[in-house]
Amino acid sequence: MSIHPTEKVRSDEGHAAPVSESSPVAAPVLSLRGAAVRVGGRTLWSGVDLTVATGEFTAVLGPNGVGKSTLVKVLLGLLPAAAGEVRVLGGAPGAHNGAVGYLPQRRSFDACVRIRGVDVVRLGLDGDQWGIPVPGLGRAKRRAARERVAEVVELVGASGYAHRPIGQCSGGEQQRLLIAQALIRRPQILLLDEPLDSLDLPNQSAIAALLGRICHQEGVSVVMVAHDVNPILHHLDRVVYIAEGGALAGTPAEVITSETLTRLYRTPVEVLRTSGGRLVVVGQPEAPALHSDRHAGHGTGGGHAAGL
Amino acid sequence: MTAVLTQTFFQHALLAGTFIAPACGLVGYFLVLRAQIFTGDALSHVAFTGAMAALAGGYDLRLGLFAATVGVGLLLGGLGRRGRPDDVVIGSVFAWILGLGAFFLTVYTTSRSAARGGAGTSVLFGSIFGLSSGQTTLAVLIAAGICVAVLLIARPLLFATLDEAVAAARGVPTRVLGLAFLALVGACAGEATQAVGSLLLLGLLAAPAGAAIRLTDRPFRALALSAALAVAEMWGSLLLSAEAPELPPSFAIMATASAVYAATFLVRPNRALRTAAA
Repeated sequence: MSIHPTEKVRSDEGHAAPVSESSPVAAPVLSLRGAAVRVGGRTLWSGVDLTVATGEFTAVLGPNGVGKSTLVKVLLGLLPAAAGEVRVLGGAPGAHNGAVGYLPQRRSFDACVRIRGVDVVRLGLDGDQWGIPVPGLGRAKRRAARERVAEVVELVGASGYAHRPIGQCSGGEQQRLLIAQALIRRPQILLLDEPLDSLDLPNQSAIAALLGRICHQEGVSVVMVAHDVNPILHHLDRVVYIAEGGALAGTPAEVITSETLTRLYRTPVEVLRTSGGRLVVVGQPEAPALHSDRHAGHGTGGGHAAGL
Repeated sequence: MTAVLTQTFFQHALLAGTFIAPACGLVGYFLVLRAQIFTGDALSHVAFTGAMAALAGGYDLRLGLFAATVGVGLLLGGLGRRGRPDDVVIGSVFAWILGLGAFFLTVYTTSRSAARGGAGTSVLFGSIFGLSSGQTTLAVLIAAGICVAVLLIARPLLFATLDEAVAAARGVPTRVLGLAFLALVGACAGEATQAVGSLLLLGLLAAPAGAAIRLTDRPFRALALSAALAVAEMWGSLLLSAEAPELPPSFAIMATASAVYAATFLVRPNRALRTAAA
């Protein structure tokens, strides 16, 4: 399958997001224009156009190996874009990383890690500073830091276990603490790489709801890489669907349809909506995969089930 | 008792030990946290080989000691990915280095005068009671430097250890920190070799840190506790060894450090619950 030209689907009616990107005053927190990335001489994707406004929840969807995590690395300035323009908070990627919270792909702490959750959260605040906290020095500053840690731990609902060693927390609890760590500096953008991976279904929807709340109530723009759209579907403002080479951006209603995905993949793709409102993306020739066995080989653009 | 305290050899040992022990405690905490204890083990054999190579070549033992431990520390970091050497890399380097050590020991004992034939033993098992005044001063200075350096990089190193990707995104130079830490481990291994010998230095690096981690789950408190335990164990064992000459200081230090570590298993791991309730 060759590289697709980018198609941008965006209805003229606009969508219901509170802060629309069409608003003349609000500069986008994040914009990509004709962006492409090359890793090891291979173009992973090209012609990606995306604009994210303040307080929007964006999901980056697509099959495995298509370069979703690479997009996050480009936004962090860890990888250069091979073409096009990428702006993050009005500057080059990486220039304002202090205002970007980042959750890398699954990190889980070993059961033997005997460091409290609050200490891990605290590292998000001042972990990049040299030296050690000296007892008795900067009392007011340290009280402020402690209060901020407590506040952000409360925000993610982790107060009950934040003082336990993080290695003894469950996967969902660790994920909440790591989200708190990413939020502690009041970032304007939160980048998350598959944060729902390896969580059970109740935890998936709880974390998705938490992210939606952070996004819409705290005004943090959330960009989240996901392989299953369903747990986050209700919270989404914008979707980027990356297939081999190309990408589609727009509202979920615009992008996750049989017509647009068929155009993107250049192979028949059907989007079905179950009575419960869940979306199933069915491609040919592979059978739809359960969302839990993401390694079962929907690596090609042709067949991918985005959930069931 | 007081007679021993006024002896020059004891004062040298106490002074050197008072600085070497916290250096080992601080470095050891991060070695345990980063699961790099095996690196310390490899460096202990490197220390022996470096010292033997210097003696065989007719140089000061300490020159070879530090050049080898710091150099191999950096080499391990360079070979392993992201400044964290993997076990296969360490295993290979370590066996090869130990072979070289045997070679240099043979060269030294066959070509140099037999008068210093005990050098091999003192490198392997340490000779803290045999430090001269000049050796003590240098050991104190290097150990103090290690302590200051570890404290300076402690917070970003903790961040990089627990959360490398996030730390890197925040601008923490994780790779440079990993290398710098291994250089510090190397220097610390050289220091500890003078106190307890290359065969036993791992105990001084691992035992106080392991005990501290079992006793508290606050990182900076554990770091301080690790250094404090190392100093207390050093003092206790030097006194013990001075009072009972049949106990060599290296044995006393290892015995005390291991006993303290073993004792932490008697403390029920309910500290977390208590801090949560507090």
